[in-house]
Amino acid sequence: MNTAVAAKQAPTRKRYDAGVLKYREMGYWQPDYQPQDTDVIALFRITPQDGVEPEEAAAAVAGESSTATWTVVWTDRLTACDKYRAKAYRVDPVPNTGPGTRTEQQYFAYIAYELDLFEEGSIANLTASIIGNVFGFKPLKALRLEDMRIPVAYVKTFQGPATGIVVERERLDKFGRPLLGATTKPKLGLSGRNYGRVVYEALRGGLDFVKDDENINSQPFMHWRDRFLFCMEAVNKASAATGEVKGHYLNVTAATMEDMYERAEFAKELGSVIIMIDLVIGYTAIQSMAKWARRNDMILHLHRAGHSTYTRQKNHGIAFRVIAKWMRLAGVDHIHAGTVVGKLEGDPNVIAGIYDTLREPYTPANLMHGVFFDQDWAGLRKVMPVASGGIHAGQMHQLLHYLGEDVVLQFGGGTIGHPHGIAQGAQANRVALEAIVQARNEGVDIWHEGPQILEKAARWCSPLRAALDTWRDVTFNYTSTDTVDFVPTPTEAV
Amino acid sequence: MRVTQGTFSFLPDLTDDQIRTQIDYALNRGWAISLEYTDDPHPRNTYWEMWGLPMFEVRDAVGVMYELYACRKTHPNKYIRVNAFDATRGFETVRLSFIVNRPKVEPEFRLVRTEGPGRSIRYSLETVFPDERDRA
Repeated sequence: MNTAVAAKQAPTRKRYDAGVLKYREMGYWQPDYQPQDTDVIALFRITPQDGVEPEEAAAAVAGESSTATWTVVWTDRLTACDKYRAKAYRVDPVPNTGPGTRTEQQYFAYIAYELDLFEEGSIANLTASIIGNVFGFKPLKALRLEDMRIPVAYVKTFQGPATGIVVERERLDKFGRPLLGATTKPKLGLSGRNYGRVVYEALRGGLDFVKDDENINSQPFMHWRDRFLFCMEAVNKASAATGEVKGHYLNVTAATMEDMYERAEFAKELGSVIIMIDLVIGYTAIQSMAKWARRNDMILHLHRAGHSTYTRQKNHGIAFRVIAKWMRLAGVDHIHAGTVVGKLEGDPNVIAGIYDTLREPYTPANLMHGVFFDQDWAGLRKVMPVASGGIHAGQMHQLLHYLGEDVVLQFGGGTIGHPHGIAQGAQANRVALEAIVQARNEGVDIWHEGPQILEKAARWCSPLRAALDTWRDVTFNYTSTDTVDFVPTPTEAV
Repeated sequence: MRVTQGTFSFLPDLTDDQIRTQIDYALNRGWAISLEYTDDPHPRNTYWEMWGLPMFEVRDAVGVMYELYACRKTHPNKYIRVNAFDATRGFETVRLSFIVNRPKVEPEFRLVRTEGPGRSIRYSLETVFPDERDRA
């Protein structure tokens, strides 16, 4: 396929005659191109309109995401346009698409972008090119950005995580196990005083963190200052009761940067170790808050509010692994990245690829996990993934198996919904976690013997007994939408 | 109160056999073990006293246990923790840390609230040792 259609750039005279040329004749399709180490590479999944050849579709994506417009312009000749043109250099059919399958023919198009096309350290600029215009382009039925290779030269222009996994653990003095959190429920409606009660009970019971939900900002039932004051009373009181560092992710998401800075400053004054923002505030605001967090010794938690509008469907949008990559560059310390076993979308292989992207110093290509490129993170700090949504103590062995140790496990309902109370719910989760980690370290096969380990701990821990009895049979066993392409059969969520 | 710092504080105190198994796990991963002790478990008291240097050369849990027994003998009524340090790039930090000895009566923490402008409060924690508690 690569060489099936040769790059036939029109000779110079004809190339710049006024009028319309095919994109591939304008230099955007170059099958012989060898990507440079400093190129940004993007991998798109394209579904061309009927009658549009895949090479032309790929060239169109390259053109529209770099220098091209719909017609020839002579002003190209005032620039080193060969350098600035993005080059589509490879097109592969996507496995299990096309005739004889249930999915219409799709292609993976590899496109290389010269480094000078991008402003240093700017996710806004990077994304304005790569996803700026091209997703609405008529010759394509659908388009999805599957993965990107960010060259080391560009990685080094980003701050990266304000704190990172290593320093977060050193500040919190918590090692050797996943961290535990919970989102205060109900999400909306509690007064500041009642809200703080949930925070206190969960933290003194054994959680490390409690969290505002994505849509808790400053509503009539609870203004932000009230929430911050009552939450920090709860955090400090729990710290005194346990001797541990505790935290509450104070969501500083607001209408303007000025409001967000004001809220973040207040969180700092009150001694909070962590603040929170939502993905919907936008890439520039996220980078601003990451810089603020680095300057102020603050851990920065990102809730990925809104992402499923463009990450979930396989044929159109942006794969979450790309968002994860951008957010590591942008500089957040925590990001919600899937649970595999919980209530929200998450194929185990896709999730493994995302977790590797967030946590490894070097992420090698792994098609089975949906990772298409080797990615050297060049010393950029590591982002702590957060697993949240429909998980409970009875799944602890599965969570540790799938997600590993450097992760925040968030049991909102699984803490607050405990029949004996919030502190008991928290204790059940902490005991379950420590028992499973201890057993794993002892060499026990936790995947198979997890339920027995939990049963054994429940003999001396009655809150765990009650948790196991309450949620024993709760599973969310649906087939994932966003799966990888390079497996014989899609893996099922457990 | 029971101070719940460390990886396994919510479990019953580990037996010496269980401690040895955890040390084996760390040594098998190439981590170096160190022992630290203190009488003040304040959450911001990062630097507990070192019981000698990290045991980079000790690759056998028996050797570590020998040091632990000696440390316990000298400091029977203090906190002692086992740390496992990983020098791999990307970590270069503690990977496992758990308490293996506690004082007979543990200290508590007093929450000190200093009221500020508006309704804001500055919080600090003070360790309250058992003998101070008795005097009070």
